[in-house]
Amino acid sequence: MSGSLSRILSIARKEVRQLQRDRLTFGMVLGIPLMQLLLFGYAINQDVRHLRAAVADQAGTSCSRQLVADAQASQVIDVVATAHTAEELESLLRRGRVVVGLLIPHDFERRLAQEGRPRAQLLVDGSDPVVLQSVRGLLDLPACGRAAAPSTATFALRAYYNPERRSPVQIVPGLIGVILTMTMTLFTAVAIVRERERGNLELLITTPVRTPELMAGKILPYMGIGMIQVTVILAVGSLLFGVPIRGTLADTYAAGLAFVTATLTLGLLISTLAQTQFQAFQLTFFSFLPQILLSGFMFPFDGMPRAAQWLAETFPLTHFVRIIRGVMLRGAALGELHGELVPLAAFFAVTLAASILRFRKRLD
Amino acid sequence: MGSEPAIAARGLTRRFGELVAVDQLDLRVPRGCIQGFLGPNGSGKTTAIRMLCGLLTPSGGEATVLGVPVPARIEELRPRIGYMTQRFSLYEDLTVRENLEFLAEVHGLPRARRRARVEALLGEYDLADRAGQRAGSLSGGQRQRLALAATLIHEPELLFLDEPTSAVDPQSRRDFWESLFSLLDRGTTILVSTHYMDEAERCHRLAILANGSLVAEGAPRELMDGIEASVVEIETEAIREARAALGGIEAVMSVAQLGARLRALVRDEVAAPEELVQRALDAAGVDARAERARASLEDVFVATTRGRAG
Repeated sequence: MSGSLSRILSIARKEVRQLQRDRLTFGMVLGIPLMQLLLFGYAINQDVRHLRAAVADQAGTSCSRQLVADAQASQVIDVVATAHTAEELESLLRRGRVVVGLLIPHDFERRLAQEGRPRAQLLVDGSDPVVLQSVRGLLDLPACGRAAAPSTATFALRAYYNPERRSPVQIVPGLIGVILTMTMTLFTAVAIVRERERGNLELLITTPVRTPELMAGKILPYMGIGMIQVTVILAVGSLLFGVPIRGTLADTYAAGLAFVTATLTLGLLISTLAQTQFQAFQLTFFSFLPQILLSGFMFPFDGMPRAAQWLAETFPLTHFVRIIRGVMLRGAALGELHGELVPLAAFFAVTLAASILRFRKRLD
Repeated sequence: MGSEPAIAARGLTRRFGELVAVDQLDLRVPRGCIQGFLGPNGSGKTTAIRMLCGLLTPSGGEATVLGVPVPARIEELRPRIGYMTQRFSLYEDLTVRENLEFLAEVHGLPRARRRARVEALLGEYDLADRAGQRAGSLSGGQRQRLALAATLIHEPELLFLDEPTSAVDPQSRRDFWESLFSLLDRGTTILVSTHYMDEAERCHRLAILANGSLVAEGAPRELMDGIEASVVEIETEAIREARAALGGIEAVMSVAQLGARLRALVRDEVAAPEELVQRALDAAGVDARAERARASLEDVFVATTRGRAG
């Protein structure tokens, strides 16, 4: 048993050494999470300004002109087109010329006098939730010197194409999962194939090292690297984007570790299937895309067709997105989320067993 | 145990789809000798070695190595055998010392012995001043010494060396064979494949493979004496014409040029081969002198593999 452990550790040590000397890959350990986070982080910036807007001022009064000027002065919108009817605004939206339409109706002045009725309408391309969020700031814009009463907004908001309103803060926790999937799977996916391609495997399999020892030795170092990446994402997410960690830090890391391990064994399985590093890359990306699209990271899980949901339930990322959002955003304890941990553990067990069974200490 | 042969194979066969890479190989290698595997490229040398090391599953036949059936019980055999691959298979991004230490660890050498063993091998194979250098930056000869040292890290009783000298210069080859003989003195049995005749002559026993089949087996001397062909050497100024004159004769198996002479292999059935050759040369009007010569290992190789190599 101690011989087994020492073999696992020597393989792990060897992996770390090789990784340190592979500058590009080593750079990816920190580079990928930082780049992704900054990229996605600024894309989800809530403080969006200068949205292209069109105005249909059917009232044409001084009050309505003032409202348009105020909206423009808020810097949220830039008026780039004018229209006459709601249909024209919709057409501009559809064609993507503008993302916001401002419709001030004929009876604007009369509406101003009435309580409980919105005075005008904002037509928004709601397919981008960030745009939708920003435009909401216009809802309470005072019209003609009158601040809107709490019960009566100046605008009635009508979101087109995407009526549900998701909080962009949800993206960063899920992004931990996406980044880990991307790097972890790839690390182990090439781990065995690379040795095969370089001829090292022919030597390694003539030693007394056992298959499970080889697998463990290959996973171990990347678990550590996964934790480094989690740390980077959490730190940057919190410092730059103010993403909260409402649950405990220990739970956050434990969730990360469970997910990293499951993802690493997926990579190992790919490594036993692929014959070349190129095939391993392809298989990794093939596994990557459906996970991102179906895990609930990008699109709400509940909105997906049943078959896609079943498929998504088999992905580790799906469960991790739920766990990490629970822990970081809702402050849930890991124990409360065991329903999501079990599938993660099952995925780990199945892929590890499959990799061990698939890997032969043979060349045929 | 000790009286058992190091390797015993019966009917060992390996197919890759249609191709029969090794066909019904029977082999018996006694302990404490250097057994050569001689054969052209693609003759099945590597496949045979890989089967004996448990890296390939035979399609048929059986083999025992050091008395242990392979591939069934290969894992218990691992600590006792060493395999040096044809292609350099150490980690190029690790240093010489790191490679040896890694292998010592996965072979389960006790910590105390590990250090001593690595140092001993570094010294013995002249790698001490390269210890900190990455394996990828070594020269051909250095790589080969490192590969041999790595194969020996756990002091195996039986070594399989697959064309170990294919990428090194003559001096390195000579040194390499010196190392093999000193291993032999310590009781190691060695199976080495090669396509160099001078290396083959150094082996105690030779097995010549062609197209996956064993075509001749025995000590080099035996093989040369027992060659089933006659060797005729032709001295002439007119090499090209002499060659042409012999080209059409059915009994002449092959003609090869050796400097200013020709060497012809003539079928065994011909009673007076030098006369046959001389008559043919005279008939063609070539001024040449033919006389019998002793068979070399290359003659044996050509005579046994001719028409079989694919």
